[in-house]
Amino acid sequence: MSDLLERIPYARFLNLQTLVSGDEITVILPFADRLIGNPMLPALHGGSTAALLEMTAMAQVALAFPSPRLPRPINVTVAYLRTGRPVDVFARASISRAGRRVAHVQAEAWQEARSQPIASLTAHFLLDNP
Amino acid sequence: MQDSFVDTILPQLATGSAHTSALGFVFDGLHEGDPRIRVPWRPDLVGDPDTGVLAGGLVTTLLDHIGGLAVWTAMAEFQPIATLDLRVDYMRAAHPRVDLLAQGKCYRLTPTIAFVRAWAFEEDPSDPVAAAQSAYVLNRARPAREKTAANREATA
Repeated sequence: MSDLLERIPYARFLNLQTLVSGDEITVILPFADRLIGNPMLPALHGGSTAALLEMTAMAQVALAFPSPRLPRPINVTVAYLRTGRPVDVFARASISRAGRRVAHVQAEAWQEARSQPIASLTAHFLLDNP
Repeated sequence: MQDSFVDTILPQLATGSAHTSALGFVFDGLHEGDPRIRVPWRPDLVGDPDTGVLAGGLVTTLLDHIGGLAVWTAMAEFQPIATLDLRVDYMRAAHPRVDLLAQGKCYRLTPTIAFVRAWAFEEDPSDPVAAAQSAYVLNRARPAREKTAANREATA
């Protein structure tokens, strides 16, 4: 499932890189100028960080619940905690609970230090169970 | 509202950053006073190669950005703002290979925080692909009693 994000055109657009260690995925958003949303600071566009978090959560769900179809998000909530500086961003997700239909997922994105996240995500995904 | 703000500054804020430019955002004017952005469909923005539907992360980015634009529209000026949080509900799959539109309304502007709702849709705003609720921090606090477009509307 490590190649999941390579199949998604938008993940390729963002140049997302996936590392799988055991049952945990780390996704990296390498810094690029075209991710800048505020040229004055400069700062990453919040949307690029949100997209990283969403893709990370989706990849984690797909790893835990293999299915021919991609997990579909029902809703996502993103809290922006710190300004995204013009360097790489890392993200990991964990599944808080998965029932028959729905998985609840949390994810965090950070840059220099994991203890200082720049954004967090809470999301529900629809599982493709019969 | 000043014409130069609507004609020059808003379009620049809608599409002028490196990220919004890379995504192909186009400013689509004000509709009943609320800003609208169009994202022309492109194969590299797709989230599911089996369906050709635009990625959820792109929709989130679009709704975040139109929300900021709604705040600047309500203030009728540019000042630095930051998204505090953003919730997106995905109500249905977007139509494949179709441009996506987003429209946002800043329904309350306090001296320090702006509250926004926004929708993404293909043609009909009443049939949204996704809906967002978001809050933005104004980095320069505004005078409490200043009458703004959003508050005039809210108290009208």
